[in-house]
Amino acid sequence: MTELVTGKEGPAAAGPTAEQQGAEPTVVRVSQWSDIRARFFANKLAVLGLFILVVLVIVAVFAPLLAPFDPLKQDLANTLQAPGGDHLLGTDSLGRDQLSRLIYGSRIAMIVGMASILVACTIGIVLGALAGYFGRLIDSVIMRVADVFFAFPLLIGAIVVILLMGRGVLPVVLSLGIFSWATFARLLRSQILSVREMDYVHAARALGASQFRTIRRHILPNSLTAVLVYATSNVGIAIVAEASLSYLGVGVPPEVAEWGNMIAAGRDFMGVKDFMWMYPSLAIVVTALGFVLLGNGLRDALDPKLR
Amino acid sequence: MGSDVERLVMGRYVVRRLGQLVVVVLGATMVLFACLFVLPGDPVGQIAGSDKARDPAVIEQLHKQYGLDKPLVVQYGSYVGKLAKGDLGQDYTQGRPVTEILAPKLLNTAKLAVVAIVFDVIIGIAAGVIAAMRRYSVWDITVTFSTTLAIGVPSIVLGMIMQWVFVIKLGWFPLISDGTFNSLILPAFTLAIIDAALVAQIARSTMLEVMGADYVKTAVAKGLSRPVVLLRHILRNSVIPVITYVGISFGALLGGAIITETIFNWDGIGLALVTAIQQNNNPIIVGVVTISVAVFVVLNLIVDLLYAALDPRIRLA
Repeated sequence: MTELVTGKEGPAAAGPTAEQQGAEPTVVRVSQWSDIRARFFANKLAVLGLFILVVLVIVAVFAPLLAPFDPLKQDLANTLQAPGGDHLLGTDSLGRDQLSRLIYGSRIAMIVGMASILVACTIGIVLGALAGYFGRLIDSVIMRVADVFFAFPLLIGAIVVILLMGRGVLPVVLSLGIFSWATFARLLRSQILSVREMDYVHAARALGASQFRTIRRHILPNSLTAVLVYATSNVGIAIVAEASLSYLGVGVPPEVAEWGNMIAAGRDFMGVKDFMWMYPSLAIVVTALGFVLLGNGLRDALDPKLR
Repeated sequence: MGSDVERLVMGRYVVRRLGQLVVVVLGATMVLFACLFVLPGDPVGQIAGSDKARDPAVIEQLHKQYGLDKPLVVQYGSYVGKLAKGDLGQDYTQGRPVTEILAPKLLNTAKLAVVAIVFDVIIGIAAGVIAAMRRYSVWDITVTFSTTLAIGVPSIVLGMIMQWVFVIKLGWFPLISDGTFNSLILPAFTLAIIDAALVAQIARSTMLEVMGADYVKTAVAKGLSRPVVLLRHILRNSVIPVITYVGISFGALLGGAIITETIFNWDGIGLALVTAIQQNNNPIIVGVVTISVAVFVVLNLIVDLLYAALDPRIRLA
């Protein structure tokens, strides 16, 4: 599952083989990627996932243009309005427009989801690569530290950091990143350990490639695929974790237009004003699903054997 | 695990893993302690009453009582020393030992987690096996679709939906948990269903992989019956990733329990943690986190040992 760039299957046969890949990389790359792209777009669910995420990004970017009201503006004369009329999705107990809060909520979700995975990915890739490539003492130390962070259930670890830093977007991003990197490091390390022993890596060394070139051209590209696929599916998990933290009252401050906050606010009105928690719930489900589908699609496209 | 040599290797492995376990727990307590006790805000203020009622003498006495006047290193030392004896200190609001407060709550969470794991494994493996045996059938597509959907549904949403359907609309379960088995079913199911979906996916994909293996073809070719091939050759070799996953997910389950317990008011350590956060009750927070971490690493050790016992191919290095 690690030999992404080896050009084993597909019409790449005319091009150079894996061992020569260092010499003429472009030929292999192009046919490889078009192959992967074709497999990805042939997968309807993956395309659906991509579509959901593109729409979400557009909504998040253009939130001020799309939202009919200010998401923070209270209108105490019109609280708990049912959906319809001026307020398409109704208003909450402070008369704030639900649709606008939902639209602005996509910003928090996207920012926190992507930023926290970026933090986790960066820490994980650097430490995982160091551990996997150098081995010995560095490996042991890094992996023991990873064990420590891995031992915290995500939400519990995140709560500890947020207690330290206070509520807000930055603390949530950092806390989720800090307690997610261990998996990335472990994954990359194990990938590197297996890729390091591949014939094409030995061949590259035998041909006299420098250590740096071997890592950069052969080991990393072939090890990173799994990490990137994992990262994609994990953005959804981070978004869910962020909403959960807010729901528990330790995420972003309660007045912020954010999906977890909206569900928590709707909890008190369950059975009476169900629209209050149902729409934000739907938003979270659709978003998480989008990332799961995209991640699965990428995985299948990159490695058809796994399907 | 027959010979003396193997037993020796196993013994050394267990000892080494136990050593690692202690290091991990110590590291985790250090991370935790460093986080909590450099927090701004004096927890004693909460015990002494409102700001106006504060008497410097009382505060000083409380600081002494809880050891908050000593340097951080000393506080950490005494915390670890007590921890080794199974003592988690005294809580701030009731002045009772943390272990005494948390023990019944831990039991409640354990009940919830065990019932959830049972749901998890039964639903997950059954769905995974059916999907793999009848690949590309309606069953397979249904399982794949519903597992993908379940993974996308976070427990806050699932919990709300469960409560809405079964408590508000159908009235089958009590709204306020009364600690009985009846009020355990909904939270356990909520906790289990997402993991069950993952278990099903893992079971399905490893089964498919194993079904293509040479030894399975050999088994079929030499005329073994389908149930024998399924049980002895396929299931046995597919179960390892599932066990690993269930072991790891037990820790995630403890994390997920915070949400489920909050939604359903189940009186476990998750709810205790959320309450303690609102009250600035650090000893309880430290206690809950320490317990979660310890439970998680112990479970991981058990999973790894099971692993080695089940699969002779795994070398204990």
